[in-house]
Amino acid sequence: MNSVEGLVNQIQGLSTTASDVLSLQNLLKQADDSLHAESTRLLPFLDQLDPSKHSLGYLYFLEACTAGPVTKEQAGSYVLMIARFITSCIAEQIRLAPDKFITVCKRFKDQVLLLEEPLRGVAPMLTAIRKLQSSSEHLTALHPEFLLLCLLSRCYKAGLSILEEDVFEVDQPRDLFLFCYYGGMISIGKKWFRKALELLHNVVTAPMSTVNAIAVEAFKKYILVSLIHHGQSPTNLPKYASSVAQRNLKNLCQPYIELANSYSNGKIADIETYVEANKDKFESDNNLGLVKQAVSSMYKRNIQRLTQTYLTLSLQDIANRVQLNSPKEAEMHVLQMIKDGEIYATINQKDGMVRFLEDPEQYKTCEMIEHIDSSIQRLMTLSKKLNGVDELMSCDPLYLLKVNLLFHIKASLVVT
Amino acid sequence: MDGIEGASNPTMEEMQANGTGGVDELPLTSTSTRKNRPIVSGEPLDIEAYAGLYTGRTKIKRLMFIANHCDNPGMQLEALRMAYDEIKKGENTHLYREVVQKIDGRLGPNYAMDAAWCSTIERKAELRKEKLESELNAYRTNLIKESIRMGYNDFGDFYYAHGALGDAFKSYVRTRDYCTTSKHIIQMCLNAILVSIEMVQFSNVTSYVSKAEQTPEALDPPTVAKLCCAAGLAHLEAKKYKLAARKFLEVGPELGNSYSEVIAPQDVATYGGLCALASFDRTELKNKVIDNINFRDFLELVPEVRELINDFYSSHYASCLEYLGNLKSNLMLDIHLYDHVETLYDQIRNKALIQYTLPFVSVDMRMMADAFKTSVVGLEKELEALITDNQIQARIDSHNKILYARHADQRNATFQRVLQTGNEFDQEVRAMLLRSSLLKYDYNLRASRKH
Repeated sequence: MNSVEGLVNQIQGLSTTASDVLSLQNLLKQADDSLHAESTRLLPFLDQLDPSKHSLGYLYFLEACTAGPVTKEQAGSYVLMIARFITSCIAEQIRLAPDKFITVCKRFKDQVLLLEEPLRGVAPMLTAIRKLQSSSEHLTALHPEFLLLCLLSRCYKAGLSILEEDVFEVDQPRDLFLFCYYGGMISIGKKWFRKALELLHNVVTAPMSTVNAIAVEAFKKYILVSLIHHGQSPTNLPKYASSVAQRNLKNLCQPYIELANSYSNGKIADIETYVEANKDKFESDNNLGLVKQAVSSMYKRNIQRLTQTYLTLSLQDIANRVQLNSPKEAEMHVLQMIKDGEIYATINQKDGMVRFLEDPEQYKTCEMIEHIDSSIQRLMTLSKKLNGVDELMSCDPLYLLKVNLLFHIKASLVVT
Repeated sequence: MDGIEGASNPTMEEMQANGTGGVDELPLTSTSTRKNRPIVSGEPLDIEAYAGLYTGRTKIKRLMFIANHCDNPGMQLEALRMAYDEIKKGENTHLYREVVQKIDGRLGPNYAMDAAWCSTIERKAELRKEKLESELNAYRTNLIKESIRMGYNDFGDFYYAHGALGDAFKSYVRTRDYCTTSKHIIQMCLNAILVSIEMVQFSNVTSYVSKAEQTPEALDPPTVAKLCCAAGLAHLEAKKYKLAARKFLEVGPELGNSYSEVIAPQDVATYGGLCALASFDRTELKNKVIDNINFRDFLELVPEVRELINDFYSSHYASCLEYLGNLKSNLMLDIHLYDHVETLYDQIRNKALIQYTLPFVSVDMRMMADAFKTSVVGLEKELEALITDNQIQARIDSHNKILYARHADQRNATFQRVLQTGNEFDQEVRAMLLRSSLLKYDYNLRASRKH
């Protein structure tokens, strides 16, 4: 008890200047085990500490408190406490003990899920991420937790701000896999198929030494989103994907590969029968909705192909060529596509004709010029960054060692 | 062929004077005797005249092919009868048995199985073989190159006459080691080519043709022509119609009837003409076929092919397609061409459609359907296939049945491509930086584990 009280005093005293905080950190590290031993009795001490001033100390205490098993009633109070802490803590102090902070936040997420109120966790988690990140390009372990909460609470828009940022630094590969996978799912939910494709592509082509379950699930979704967005499935993974992935992913996702094959044959009846036959498999992967979207995208693709060959076409003809049941259905599909901006056409209901128009975009407006200009700027920044990384790499002693080694080996082979 | 040169020359000059205008109206005359134009439009093949063009094994094979593939029983029996007679003149008992089986007694007692003849031939063959073998062994022990070469050559001839094509080929190839002059090499190559064509192994044909062409000193014009024909046949078999056409067009008039054990000049004209029509563009067609003086002599032998090429060039598509339709049934009976007829016809038809639409901004599909003797619906389907294949740049107005030419807007297309490339670059570079960060983590992890 005394040691705990003493510790509280120390915290209150040493939380003002940066050097004090560092020495406080050492003290706390040493006292960590004793704190854990007294975890059940730490709760009242937390009231003596102010999270907005004594963040580091509060963090250690909080972490020790929540270490044990938590009941539903306790969870309620803990959730409030942690949320308040996150909002008011000082970022620099908690960055001194990132692991503890991450542990606390993860426990927070578990408790929120225990209470079955994921929505309560969304905002605090976002704040936590912002405080933990060293820069906006840094992926922390909290990112996937945050996206999971967004998914479970269907609060997709909140995840948007995080997904829009480019990620270049990663702490743990597993974080990245989960982040991209959940991010892909959120994007699919909002129908941002291009973003989803990009995120899932990152999972599938990430370097990995063994195939992991996240990559397998991501690959299944990747095939389906490819079909929806591009109308064709990726036949082979690009060369930079790990050899493990290239060899094994296809075998583990067999029904999806076959779905993609029958899609490319273009017969809607075939693909529908195939989906019916394998409904259980798709359902058990929670992909049935996506599969249905893929099938309906086939009609769209067929209609789009018609715009390339015809200027005008009757609704009856469209229905026949795309294998729809009636001109009315064809009209509905075409109308939906015009609304979504996927084709440019006008429907003349009097004689049941559809007139396909060219893309009216002339690339002459101010907005377009601004768009092109900003794209150029963005790409130039990216290019500079790439050069920077390249230079850094070529100065790296380990890299130079390896390159030299290879050079010497090659030279010796030439001589002999 | 010399006899009719005088008769056909005026028609040729008439054609030259009229240019391409009056060609449609030129009647199919009977001035040239039917002996030299066995493939006459629409009428069934004159088998006697056709067979008269060839000698040797190919004559028999062609007759049997006709018998197998034509539906007219009269023609079938005629072909089989002629095959029987031809085989009896030779020594191939294997083919004899085949023919007799096919005839099945339908031609009367004269054409039944003559077992006595068979056994006599076989016995003679055995004796000859033993004699050849002993001779060859003698030559081999004496190591006289020329005699060994002739010995193997005789063996090759013997096997060829008896239908053992594989052994014949091997024997001919063995003479290679004993060839001393380039004439010998040419002879060996020609023999090998002949056997390979009979065996339908055209890869060998190509290699031996190139081998023969590498000894230019001994090549006299008929041999050059023969080699061109053989190369053309090889390309035709490999479905390389453009190369086949070029080879056939190079065949000089010195060929005459000298290669009748493989190909007749009419065939050179037909194959060359059709392949050229299916694969050449307009300039090449004009330069290499229509203005080609050498090839003109060949085309004289098959005026239908000449007519249809001229029709195509002068855009009289209906009559061109009509000639093609008439020729089709007889071309299906040709052993080299039969499995290419459909493809060639499709290609020619597609070219005609494309050529028709090329000069126009808009085309009335009803008029086009009349020109091509098809229905508007059918024409629409064909055009759709060609547009999807990007062979015609146009769009169909299905309501008014008009085809509008459509030229891609380069400027817009460029902008689109630029923006797309920018996006792709963006995505790829970001993904690359991400992956490199992961790799760095992995490497650091491994490095830290090692220490």
